[in-house]
Amino acid sequence: MLEVSNIDTFYGKAQALWDVSLRIDEAEIVALIGANGAGKTTLLNTISGLLRPASGSVEFLGQRIDGLAPHTIVELGVSHVPEGRRLFTDMSVRENLEMGAYTSGAWKRKEETLEQVYQVFPALKERGGQLARTLSGGEQQMLAMGRGLMSKPKLCMFDEPSFGLAPMLVLEVFQVMKSLREQGITILLIEQNVRHTLEIADRGYVLENGRIALEGESKKLLKEELIRKAYLGL
Amino acid sequence: MDITRFKSKGFFIPGLISLVLLILLATLPLSLGGYTVVLVTTILMYAILTVSWVLFSGPSGYMSLASAAFFGVGIYIGALLLPNTGQVLPLLVVVVLGGLASSIVALGVGALTLRLRGIYFAIFTFGLVVLILEVLNWWEHTVSHIRGRFVMVVDNETIFYVMLAIFVATMLTFFFLRRSKFGLALQSIGQNEEAAAHSGVNVTMVKVLTFALSAFFVGAAGVVWATRLTYIDPYIAFNFFLSFLPVLMAIFGGIGQIYGPVVGAAIFAYLQETLQTEFPEVYMLTFGIVLVVVILYLPNGIVGLIPKLWRRISGGQHANT
Repeated sequence: MLEVSNIDTFYGKAQALWDVSLRIDEAEIVALIGANGAGKTTLLNTISGLLRPASGSVEFLGQRIDGLAPHTIVELGVSHVPEGRRLFTDMSVRENLEMGAYTSGAWKRKEETLEQVYQVFPALKERGGQLARTLSGGEQQMLAMGRGLMSKPKLCMFDEPSFGLAPMLVLEVFQVMKSLREQGITILLIEQNVRHTLEIADRGYVLENGRIALEGESKKLLKEELIRKAYLGL
Repeated sequence: MDITRFKSKGFFIPGLISLVLLILLATLPLSLGGYTVVLVTTILMYAILTVSWVLFSGPSGYMSLASAAFFGVGIYIGALLLPNTGQVLPLLVVVVLGGLASSIVALGVGALTLRLRGIYFAIFTFGLVVLILEVLNWWEHTVSHIRGRFVMVVDNETIFYVMLAIFVATMLTFFFLRRSKFGLALQSIGQNEEAAAHSGVNVTMVKVLTFALSAFFVGAAGVVWATRLTYIDPYIAFNFFLSFLPVLMAIFGGIGQIYGPVVGAAIFAYLQETLQTEFPEVYMLTFGIVLVVVILYLPNGIVGLIPKLWRRISGGQHANT
């Protein structure tokens, strides 16, 4: 479904990604693991078009998407739930969700999609008229995820959705990931919570200093020495 | 802080009030005439500039100081196409052309500068006023050798009605834009531009188009204003004050409500007119004091007072936020 091939991405003169390749198949959950500054968010931003790779290519459903504008990539079916939620804080919960359905195809079906999102996150329905800034941290994360789903994506990329959440809510976030996959949505997940992530993911990639250090099936990754030492503290 | 946001609460009552006000305004020349018509035309001009400013800068959060440039372009188009030596085109056609010319300037400038954030955008837009002024000045001095231009004289009532028409068009655009998907996108850009892009908004296009749209009304008003001035030169056409006044009027009136900028412009323009004629020595001083008081004590502007007063009258059962 998504094929990232040998990309190099720069911030000005500083190179952040080196020859990174990554593949995601339909209805998979793929985990992207790595320390802070390893390039996880940079990779997501490159896929969603906010950054352009200096070399290499990104293909989505057989079409080259590197170099396309972010709004075009959303329209093709790639949704990106950014790190730190990035909500429209002085707009209502409902308006935030509607903004998620901004692309022309999704806008026509927004009422229907809204009902589906409310089923996944019932708390958002009750708070529809409230300003996003008045929600609790957990609800804000739900809203960010809900907004990402409003575009009816085929591939949804989540950047640390459990960040700053209470342990109970973290488990809930992982439950949501699983149920989304059951609905046929492919997921690329960045997480600090390596054990939980690898437990629900099919495959995983480990980024270190802008390079893919390790990749493979989650079960195998959980047994890898590198992961056990560096990320699980075993 | 109290977050006042415009909410749709049905169209009927506000629509009815607007219609009554509009009829009152439209029959004004018949009932009062003379000086009142001239004064109300001035108020309408300021209201157009202020609402146009809020149209773009309000939701997007990009502070534009280009009003004087767009207004000046309109004035110049008016002077060129409606000279006192003989009318080239009908007034209304020139009004539309003036608006279009300003929009084109806004499109160009917007495409170049709307990636600048915050203060840089404000400074650049203000620089635009100076730039166009200086280029025109050079042109008139060295190329055309025209010291100033005389504009066709139009009677006060015609000026009033054309200004009123532009004002109504501005208000309708403002009203419907706020309710549209486009308006939602513009607001989301003001809230978080990156998240707006993630949601699939073509942020550059939304910003540039709205900027151009807001410039249209300012340019159109400029054409009408030229016929009122009857004599212009680059310094008269590109008046720096008109870049700042819309911002002040909007803050003065309050930008949370749709009628805030209009109320602000009306009171402000009225104060300016009366103070200037009655107390010319202390006019700027009084003006400044009023503005400081409003900014200090009424963060939501003059119209922010209404809910406060209402709470007091109705017994204050609501908490005073």
